[in-house]
Amino acid sequence: MRDYGESEAVDFAVVGTGAGGGPLIARLAEQGFSVVGFDAGPWFRPLEDFASDETEQDKLYWTDRRIVDGENPIVMGGNNSGKAVGGSTVHFAMVSLRFRPEWFKSRSLLGYGVDWPVDWREMWHYYALAEQALKISGPVTYPWGPKRPRYPYRAHELNGAAELLARGAEALGYKWTATPLATVSAPRGLSPPCVYRGFCRFGCSTNAKQSQLVTFIPRAVAAGAEIRDLAMVGRIEAGPDGRVTGVHYHRQGRWRFQKARNVVVAGYAIETPRLLLASANDRYPDGLANSSGLVGKNLMTQSNQAVFGTMENEVRWNKGPPSLSITEHWNYDDRKDFAGGYCWMAQGPLPIEWVTVLTGSRGLWGEALRREMEKYNHQVGLKMVGEMLPDERNRVTLADETDQYGLRVARITYSWGDNDKALIQHALGRMQASLEAVGATDLFRQEDDTNHLAGTARMGNDPRVSVVNADCRSWDIPNLWICDGSIFPTTGGVNPSLTITSMALRTADRISRLAATGEL
Amino acid sequence: MTDQRQSRYPGYDVLAKRHSASWNEITRQAIDRRLAVPREPRFFTEMEWLTLEAVCRVIMPQPDGRPAVPLAAYVDLRLFEGRGDGYRYATMPSEGEAWQRGLAALEAEAQAKYGRPFHVLQPTDQDELLAQTQKGTLHDPAWAGMPPATFFTHRLVPDITHAYYAHPTAWNEIGYGGPASPRGYVRMGLDRRDPWEAAEAHPGEVAAAARKNARVG
Repeated sequence: MRDYGESEAVDFAVVGTGAGGGPLIARLAEQGFSVVGFDAGPWFRPLEDFASDETEQDKLYWTDRRIVDGENPIVMGGNNSGKAVGGSTVHFAMVSLRFRPEWFKSRSLLGYGVDWPVDWREMWHYYALAEQALKISGPVTYPWGPKRPRYPYRAHELNGAAELLARGAEALGYKWTATPLATVSAPRGLSPPCVYRGFCRFGCSTNAKQSQLVTFIPRAVAAGAEIRDLAMVGRIEAGPDGRVTGVHYHRQGRWRFQKARNVVVAGYAIETPRLLLASANDRYPDGLANSSGLVGKNLMTQSNQAVFGTMENEVRWNKGPPSLSITEHWNYDDRKDFAGGYCWMAQGPLPIEWVTVLTGSRGLWGEALRREMEKYNHQVGLKMVGEMLPDERNRVTLADETDQYGLRVARITYSWGDNDKALIQHALGRMQASLEAVGATDLFRQEDDTNHLAGTARMGNDPRVSVVNADCRSWDIPNLWICDGSIFPTTGGVNPSLTITSMALRTADRISRLAATGEL
Repeated sequence: MTDQRQSRYPGYDVLAKRHSASWNEITRQAIDRRLAVPREPRFFTEMEWLTLEAVCRVIMPQPDGRPAVPLAAYVDLRLFEGRGDGYRYATMPSEGEAWQRGLAALEAEAQAKYGRPFHVLQPTDQDELLAQTQKGTLHDPAWAGMPPATFFTHRLVPDITHAYYAHPTAWNEIGYGGPASPRGYVRMGLDRRDPWEAAEAHPGEVAAAARKNARVG
């Protein structure tokens, strides 16, 4: 791997190597730019470093201190935050879905949220590129939305839990399909086909998962980028002309400085606003890129409620990827009395995740808990990914206390709105009906879970009400860019990673175009 | 506590797979470290430790006739190593402080109500105090502003139950396959079992299940 000196400015310093940073680093390097990608976490080698164990694999998560409050505090940690080269893609569940086209104009077409400054047809092009780059394994025809190309790899077979989703959906008259997943169903280079371990959310120890570690990061390195791991960026420096000049980062026990002609922040919806706010200076007292006052605001998570039940059958839901089948029915049906949409997927929690559900949702402990846990191999569940609406009161701010680097920690404030609650109740009712239809008994609802993050540095067409423009470039500082889920104006009713990656590929093309016309 | 019920998975021992294709080297190392957990407190004081052990017995009672999973030791280890959740409710102190304050408060509640330390109370009385903690109906000044219900639901119960279900003994109890790298699984559908998975004792098939479970390694 190439090493860049700190005193010589690189073309791009990219902070974060996940679903947004990874593809951008690779594509910029492939276009001949000098690029250093920083990640606060270590660079794991899955074959040697990943155990088949829930607890041991805590090492993949962002477990540095953060404070959560609001009426519905967001559970952080393994739920949504990675601290490793590859970011959360090292432990994501690999669900790779496209937004419904209308969501890019949800305000104009559906009457809620805000419009994105990009056209869905352009995104459709980048989705196809992303699906090829990650060799998504998916169905031959996808039941919802406009025509899309075939998925590069065949769909995975269903496990018992996925089969029950399918039966339930058919009983209710909903379409369902095998979930498009970023784990290969046939060999690809050094990746063997998925062996259905079921530890996807704890790191893939065989490299079947098409995380950044086996896709864009190797491409980035091959193209001459440097990945600097265990490097926590704490501050972006801005010069007297108002442009950024590089990043201060903590590595091997001391603070260092990397000069850069452009800085891209790709730290996801908590760390990105945290870094922009922490980089405040005399010229930008409210933080960088924040003339709109919107940095940190409109944080969105996604509703992740579930219904669980017990089957006579042995389901053994821990086998295989956890979300092998899906119905997006309610993402494409607008006859609802609330805004937004949702999908639901089959479930396969491992024992610690499962005991968290039983204790959290049912308040069980003692002998009652032990007996319920013994039904583990007979459990079945459906879990939603639902759209939550942007709300300025949901936000990331800086708390007074500091972390191990001496940096102020993020305070994450979140409360559900009435629309969010209505959507959740609708989904819980439909999921329950689906489980009833397959004969599941002892049904109960997990009412409190959320997953995924977005917002906090939204893109838009108007600098007064957005942080970056359609090129993901700061309105205020022309050599500062943002490339992660933070730029989402709305979050849609599907998992966000494929949209983050597609937008990163688009941003790389936009930067290339701007460079060619001397506008960089 | 005695538990005369027939195990659902008679004779299943996930550790029998230790040298099979289901365990890679780093998993063996991780589980070895887990099984070798130090049994003495390094974070808690002796008094806190006694209270904690009693709390663990109530939250996750364990059957006689097999070595108990040392739950207090795992809670202590996690705090001793300073491993965090990655977030903290604004109403809660840090992980370690929450535990210290929570155990002190349970002790104070026991003394106030029964005039004896928590760890020597009758199990039903311990049960009652913990149920009140869960409901948030305790108000001794020793809680010092920490909401008992939040402590119970987001600190006490997860730390104890996560330790239990991270242990091979608990995996045996629930018929969980445990580590699965590099082999993974093959038989995916409903009512399908790979030969290296736990076999459930359906009525009249206990001996057959035991024979299958003897061969998972």
